[in-house]
Amino acid sequence: MNTGLVDAGQFGYISDTAFVFATVVYALAMTAHIAEWASARRVAAPAAIRAQERVREPEPVGAGSPAGAAGAVGAPVDELSDEELGTERYGRVGVSLTVLAFLTHLVGVGARALAAERAPWGNMFEFATTGALAVTAAYLVALRLYRTRWLGLLVTVFVTIVLGIAMLTPAIYVAPGPLVPALHSYWLVIHVAAAALAGGAFCIGALSSLLYLLKSRAERRTAVEDRRGYLWRLPGSAEVDRVAYKVHAFAVPLWTFAVLAGAIWAEYAWGRYWGWDPKETWAFITWVVYAAYLHARATAGWQGRNAAIIALVGFATFLFNFVGINLFASGLHSYAGV
Amino acid sequence: MRRTYTPAPALSVLETLRWAWRQLTSMRTALILLFLLAVASIPGSVIPQTGVDPSAVFAFRESSPELARWYDRLGLFHVYSSVWFSAVYVLLMVSLVGCFIPRARQYWRSFRAEPPNAPRNLDRLPVHREWTAVDSGAVVAERAHRVLRDRRYRVRRYVDDRGDQVVAAENGHLREAGNLVFHLSLLVVLFGVAYGSLFGFKGGALVVEGEGFSNTLTQYDEFEPGAWFDPASLDPFTFTVDDFAVTFETAGDQRGAPRSFQADVSYVEAPGAPAQQYDLRVNHPLQIDGTSVFLVGHGYAPEVTVRDGNGDVAFRGPVPFLPQDSSYTSLGVIKAPDAAPQQLGFEGFFLPTVAFDEQRGPYSAFPDALAPGLVLTAYHGDLQMDGQPQSVFVLDKERLRQFEQQGGEPFRILLRPGKTVQLPDGRGSISFDGLSRAVRLQVSSTPAKVVPLVGVLAAIAGLVASLFVRPRRAWVRVGRRDGDTVVQAAGLDRVAGGDLVGAVDDIVTAIRPRSRDMEHA
Ligand code: HEM
Repeated sequence: MNTGLVDAGQFGYISDTAFVFATVVYALAMTAHIAEWASARRVAAPAAIRAQERVREPEPVGAGSPAGAAGAVGAPVDELSDEELGTERYGRVGVSLTVLAFLTHLVGVGARALAAERAPWGNMFEFATTGALAVTAAYLVALRLYRTRWLGLLVTVFVTIVLGIAMLTPAIYVAPGPLVPALHSYWLVIHVAAAALAGGAFCIGALSSLLYLLKSRAERRTAVEDRRGYLWRLPGSAEVDRVAYKVHAFAVPLWTFAVLAGAIWAEYAWGRYWGWDPKETWAFITWVVYAAYLHARATAGWQGRNAAIIALVGFATFLFNFVGINLFASGLHSYAGV
Repeated sequence: MRRTYTPAPALSVLETLRWAWRQLTSMRTALILLFLLAVASIPGSVIPQTGVDPSAVFAFRESSPELARWYDRLGLFHVYSSVWFSAVYVLLMVSLVGCFIPRARQYWRSFRAEPPNAPRNLDRLPVHREWTAVDSGAVVAERAHRVLRDRRYRVRRYVDDRGDQVVAAENGHLREAGNLVFHLSLLVVLFGVAYGSLFGFKGGALVVEGEGFSNTLTQYDEFEPGAWFDPASLDPFTFTVDDFAVTFETAGDQRGAPRSFQADVSYVEAPGAPAQQYDLRVNHPLQIDGTSVFLVGHGYAPEVTVRDGNGDVAFRGPVPFLPQDSSYTSLGVIKAPDAAPQQLGFEGFFLPTVAFDEQRGPYSAFPDALAPGLVLTAYHGDLQMDGQPQSVFVLDKERLRQFEQQGGEPFRILLRPGKTVQLPDGRGSISFDGLSRAVRLQVSSTPAKVVPLVGVLAAIAGLVASLFVRPRRAWVRVGRRDGDTVVQAAGLDRVAGGDLVGAVDDIVTAIRPRSRDMEHA
């Protein structure tokens, strides 16, 4: 295709450059977040949090306002000590860099689509880059809705690793090109778009659940006077858990829909909507595990820690479907270019 | 001591059953069964499955027969229809029904119930507002009623024992309804899938370009009927593959990857119906009544002529070969039962683009037919074609002898199009006349496909409702205290995490008139 100004080859070049740039900026954002955590290492938990978790004192009037917000991540700057100010500043730099990396990443995925003249999800390289984009997108949305800057480090580490592996592994990187015929279907576009979005949300949910596990363990084990470090700048474990739940509540119906769209596509492509192909099997396993997660949250004795572990298992099955099955299993879903 | 051993047996059986039922229908059991279902699904993604890749199962049996015997005993080659896998999901479904019925009954009761009375002390509720109004109690209560009804609360008004007017409101019944719909839909999906696989079928056929297919059992190379499928229900259509075109990527990383396939077919829906045209492509199946015809692959059908020792034509025509890899190295056999004095058979590969390699010998370098060739070995003897029906892809070598060169090496043939090779001892010849393509078609019918589709859509809708709807109660109490009209409003969320403060404030703002600011909190 020749658009006059830029041709497909140039879009490919723009896309690759944008991916490299995005990976570098994500790495910088990750560095800023590492500094954020490191700078808080010696800082004691904000007084409000220390007080809140001490033996059941009657709550001061007005404590109904966002729990322990004073001094926690994202608090007004003028109330903070110098050290806290440093932590705050690193955190903000991390977020700004993540936004920049996200925009570049978006350009990369968009240019890839223009280069290949189709939706950019026909092979593993494209699944990885688009999936990682969905992770950052889900993070930025959660950041806006629930002020989850405390996820910054884990998210940037994850995305940097995924993009780095995709760019640097010759077996995964493929230049943009057209698709095998089975992939020509708008149901595929819907299926993959929904799966990528759900996957992004699953990732944010899993990272929140992980932090929930760390935080609730710390709350149980750490004496009040020893409470220092970044973990204590997170909201209380109940709030972290609530964020994890909300993200999962968004992701599970979407994943259900993604599986449905996949089944419809399979019906058009292969004449059966469900065939227990390894990829389908693992999509089902992921679905069942997340159903168990939602179920566990309503089952006595399974809330909290157990539910969070189930959520992590769910994300592991999702990743395995994407990495393990693509690489090791053969089935209708394994395509050219890995 | 003895007295402790006198249980009433009838009761205890009943009790045990009741206990078992309670266990089976508990949330915890449902959770454990869900895990079991996830774990039970794993082996089928690792071990080759008959329903997914029969040739992989065949290869597995060849390479590890001992293990295969064990797998057979455990049903591991067809996990998803095995007894133990079925047991898990049947238990889950029974548990689900056991859960569903009492909950549906309870839902029905609560659905018909009126919003409950206000608690005595509204100021003990999590969110509570109080103010004095200038309007009369009746006016404020009327307004509160309207405000709450507009916000889609279910509303009831009454006067309590202190003589205060109370507006009690409740909404969010949809949450529990959604949950029930979700669980019920799972049953619908299961039912739809089961129906489709019991009454449906799936078959495959390789059809050479220019040839026809009629939808009867004998025309299929493979056919998997559902347990209750009736062959008489096959739709009586026929079609001919008029033309087939395929293109491959010719450069770059993905050289050799298929880019497009298309078959032009003319079909007749039923005997006597007019012929119609269709362009059959991947993702573009031909639908005839409830049956769909899919283009799932393609292969080559070299056209050959076999002459026997007398110089007579013993066989002539295209012979489909089965593609084995992405370069379309294809396996096939040629049978000439009419050859005299002995029958002739050939076995070997068709290579679309012949290339040579020191170790491997001839191989195919590209899937398109750029430099096609046949690599065959030849046999004479008895093909044993008069007994059981034989596969057209296999030579029964029991009563066949291989042609040999001097020195005992098998006699190998490399045939290019337009060429003829003579067999040893004047026993005949084989010519490669030209090349046709063959399309691999899958023909299938899955009745009641819409049932699982509707089921999943309903499940999603139910799930969304049950995750996002928040049941909420709100009360407004209007009373006279010391000559003033005092209004109290309060709310209670039945699930955590909602913006109750916002909701109550919204109600309060709507009840208090904006213009007359004579009121004070
Ligand atoms: C096929 C098996 C099942 C699946 C996939 C499944 C899935 C789910 C999911 C995803 C939820 C959370 C969403 C919601 O609240 O509606 C849920 C909730 C629930 N399930 Fe199931 N379920 C299954 C079987 C059962 C069974 C057998 C029971 C009976 C013990 C049951 C009882 C419940 C209850 C009571 C809730 C509501 C929890 C609440 O109050 O929030 N489910 N289920």
